[in-house]
Amino acid sequence: MSAKLSPRQVGDVTVIDVAGRITLGEGSSNLREGIREMVAKGNKKILLNLGDVTYIDSSGIGELVSGFTSVANGGGQLKLINLTKRVKDLLQITKLYTVFEVFDDEAAAVRSFA
Amino acid sequence: MAENTSETIAVDTYLDSALGSADEAEHLVLGVAEHMGFHEDDLHKIGMAVRESIVNAVVHGNRYNRRKRVHLAVWNGKDHVTVVVGDEGEGFDPDKLPDPLAEPNLLQQSGRGIFLIRAFMDEFQIRRLSPSGTEFKLVKYMETTQ
Repeated sequence: MSAKLSPRQVGDVTVIDVAGRITLGEGSSNLREGIREMVAKGNKKILLNLGDVTYIDSSGIGELVSGFTSVANGGGQLKLINLTKRVKDLLQITKLYTVFEVFDDEAAAVRSFA
Repeated sequence: MAENTSETIAVDTYLDSALGSADEAEHLVLGVAEHMGFHEDDLHKIGMAVRESIVNAVVHGNRYNRRKRVHLAVWNGKDHVTVVVGDEGEGFDPDKLPDPLAEPNLLQQSGRGIFLIRAFMDEFQIRRLSPSGTEFKLVKYMETTQ
């Protein structure tokens, strides 16, 4: 299953629940388009919930980075919650764990945008 | 590959220069590795390294050229699996690949595939093929319990 994105609003924070595989092709382009759509709508506080991401490759990591920079360039913030162990490991070995703000608890993550 | 006579070839095939070949290769290699008894975490690492190798061959090597094929071969040894992925591209100098962990490259969108292959496999070699092409050789050893 390629990545499926389900956005929802929690206060002024847009939480995007991501499920499935974020790999080169449909999976990574879904994520890219989903984030771009939110940025185009003027959403500056974006929280990606990666709890149901089953697989992510280097292209998927690239899309997370791209999303992070495009949101930041628009004056916003993109943060992550509910990383699986494998996604967390990948972000650690690529040194990106220090770049992203990562949370385990959605309420705490939402509050952090204030 | 003949230097290790304890290896038996399990897969020797040619795949299309299309992204779908990554799924096909991952399925073929994991079928061998799972049968050999690799644990789940190592299966994930092998599968991901194979996927990155095939994507590299299709995208950067053969550049999606349908007339070019991707060679996939898998050998099973007593305690390790060897995977070879070859393309028919123009080749590249691995020493000139940017370091994805260097501060200026950290936020680059691409350039992590070969880094991840090195991180996930126990041995990784890149060889230029004649007259053209590049071959990746990946080896993963089974964990032994003390």
